Amino acid sequence: MANKIPRVAVREQDAKLRATNFEEVCYGYNEEEALLEASRCLNCKNPRCVPACPVGIQIPKFIERLLAGDKSGAAAVIGEDSSLPSICGRVCPQESQCEGSCILGIKGEPVAIGKLERFVGDWQLENGRPAPQITKNGHKVAIVGSGPSGLACASDLAKMGYEVTIFEALHEAGGVLVYGIPEFRLPKERVVKQEIESVIALGVKIETDVVVGRTITIDSLLDEEGFDAVFIGSGAGLPRFMGIEGENLNGVLSANEFLTRANLMHAYDEEYDTPIYVGRKVVVVGGGNVAMDAVRTAKRLGAEATIVYRRSEKELPARVEEVHHAKEEGIEFKMLTNPTAILGDEKGWVRAINCIAMELGEPDESGRRSPVEVAGSDFEIECDVVIMALGTSPNPLIASTTAALETNRRGCIVADEWGATSREGVFAGGDTVTGAATVILAMGAGRKAAKAIDEYIKSK
Amino acid sequence: MFEIIEKRELAENIYLTRVKAPRIAHSAQPGQFVIVRPDKQGERTPLTIADYNSEEGTVTLVTQALGVSTRKIVAKGAGDYLADVAGPLGRPSDFVAEPIEEVRKRRYIFIGGGVGAAPVYPQVKWLTERGVEVDVIVGAKTKDLLIYAEEMRKVATNLYIATDDGSEGFHGLVTALLEKLINEEGKQYDVCVAIGPMIMMKFVTLTAKKFNLPCIVSLNALMVDGTGMCGACRVTIAGKTKFTCVDGPEFNAYDVDFDEAMRRQGMYRTQEQRALAIHKEREAGHKCNIGLDR
Repeated sequence: MANKIPRVAVREQDAKLRATNFEEVCYGYNEEEALLEASRCLNCKNPRCVPACPVGIQIPKFIERLLAGDKSGAAAVIGEDSSLPSICGRVCPQESQCEGSCILGIKGEPVAIGKLERFVGDWQLENGRPAPQITKNGHKVAIVGSGPSGLACASDLAKMGYEVTIFEALHEAGGVLVYGIPEFRLPKERVVKQEIESVIALGVKIETDVVVGRTITIDSLLDEEGFDAVFIGSGAGLPRFMGIEGENLNGVLSANEFLTRANLMHAYDEEYDTPIYVGRKVVVVGGGNVAMDAVRTAKRLGAEATIVYRRSEKELPARVEEVHHAKEEGIEFKMLTNPTAILGDEKGWVRAINCIAMELGEPDESGRRSPVEVAGSDFEIECDVVIMALGTSPNPLIASTTAALETNRRGCIVADEWGATSREGVFAGGDTVTGAATVILAMGAGRKAAKAIDEYIKSK
Repeated sequence: MFEIIEKRELAENIYLTRVKAPRIAHSAQPGQFVIVRPDKQGERTPLTIADYNSEEGTVTLVTQALGVSTRKIVAKGAGDYLADVAGPLGRPSDFVAEPIEEVRKRRYIFIGGGVGAAPVYPQVKWLTERGVEVDVIVGAKTKDLLIYAEEMRKVATNLYIATDDGSEGFHGLVTALLEKLINEEGKQYDVCVAIGPMIMMKFVTLTAKKFNLPCIVSLNALMVDGTGMCGACRVTIAGKTKFTCVDGPEFNAYDVDFDEAMRRQGMYRTQEQRALAIHKEREAGHKCNIGLDR
């Protein structure tokens, strides 16, 4: 019986050691481990994992190919639905998607689908993808943003024969994969750069340092630069703050700033000029993946690091693996705690954060029990840096500089299931439409929009 | 990569760099800025735009070499490349979008202190080209540190110079010269625009208040991305938090919490000074044997 084999443990860097470096935490499976783990899959007739995958990867089919020793076949199966397996294998919240619905998980442990996907993706990165035959069709499409949705949309359109140019506001392509997710979770040179190189190899041009809405506009792309359509995949880059007292003290920063300094700007590397300040004690407010990334980065930079979250551990929106890794690395978790003010010293630098204890009350609209303040339970946590990781919303720059592009009250661009917006020829997908979500959803939206753009241009 | 077409010294430690950046030159408006990264290891540094020429496809930047990254920028000469120049960033000055007949009714006084004279220049040029009357005060510590005075003379209706030590023009601070123009020379202004060190802008604002003179300042907050992503450039404007990079850089001066803005500018001072000391040693060819640069 296949399911008698326990889930193959994945090798990881020692917790004490890795809390002092930026090398990848998880080593992933080697071939032997991957094959053993693949043998656990029951290859269900009606697989529950496939509908639980946001892009519907044929999971049992790719695992079957892998088990048969056909790695390139496995990669081809994944490739039908996902263009970033090395990345999604590392950053998808598998426990609430594919693995969360795996039948083996009912009594035991689910198949490590994420780790298998990563194995196949990494194998493909090392061995190269078969170069597709591309016949240019003479049409031009502009993509705004080089994150997961933009890369996926660009690569599909390029394969269909379109001449694709990606415009990226920052100096490096990759979007959140480069500025947001840290090296220890998603290696930049080995994984992200390779994925981007493979998109460039399809003939896609990437122009960095172009801020759409400032350097150029959506209208100038369509009217002056001769693009037939535009895809907006500009993400959700605008950080949220709490609006509490003391938030502009020196030492309070958004997770975006902290992570951008550390990741994109390599502040952890002495060869780079970017300054970063961690002090001795860092408090990170929030419970999502970004909060985990920030708190673990702070720890690696030498600070004592604590998570403050207003709900209980069960409600933490971060991936289970990240929470587990953070705990192993010595991160302190203060649950059911909500900041009420940040306190400064006489020079205007953070000295402590004032918090109040919370208890869980009635469920709110998200179905989670909403936290309620416990009266009179105020207490201070001493710290010199406070990092706000409360979520992000779409940057209004593009919507505010594009006539007749409809947005909703959360500032997200309104688009249908296929990415079509209120403007003809303008499509959008990923976080800029949904608000901050996952890499895989953004990637899926980019691919759907590529199909819709193709149909739109053909029908013109 | 962005090619440098021209580089020259304007005053001690202050350099003009004209760089090929056609897209930016095409879109730039008065009041906007760029972010420059000198090389792969460099910081993203916000710099004001001192001029732009869409036919040539060039943008002129003025840099005061203070920290590691600005020293790296000015170390590059004609024919060299800057790794990145992104922009134009920030909102253009309000008058750009206003009906020009309305703008023409106003009498403007611009005050540029130190390197602040550079970003004043494209604003004055834009206005006077459209027939708006603009007086300009250019201030510096001493005559040798004055920049853009000659260029300004060509575009301003009246140019006044102030030096702290009296080595050229009015002897004293720009604020004292502003008071003198209004009190003693009977000048009347409807709008004051001040760009320069934060402390100067704070005191120009206080002086403008005395005359009920509406005042606009351009803030030079710390930034990383410059597109609204990081929030490093948070400033308090009329009690509300704003991002300098996307909501500014120009704000109604009366609304600005200058003390907070100055404090926030110093957020990374310790790290910057350490980095600068190490950079200077490296420039001098020293290698630290006890590993202080690690």
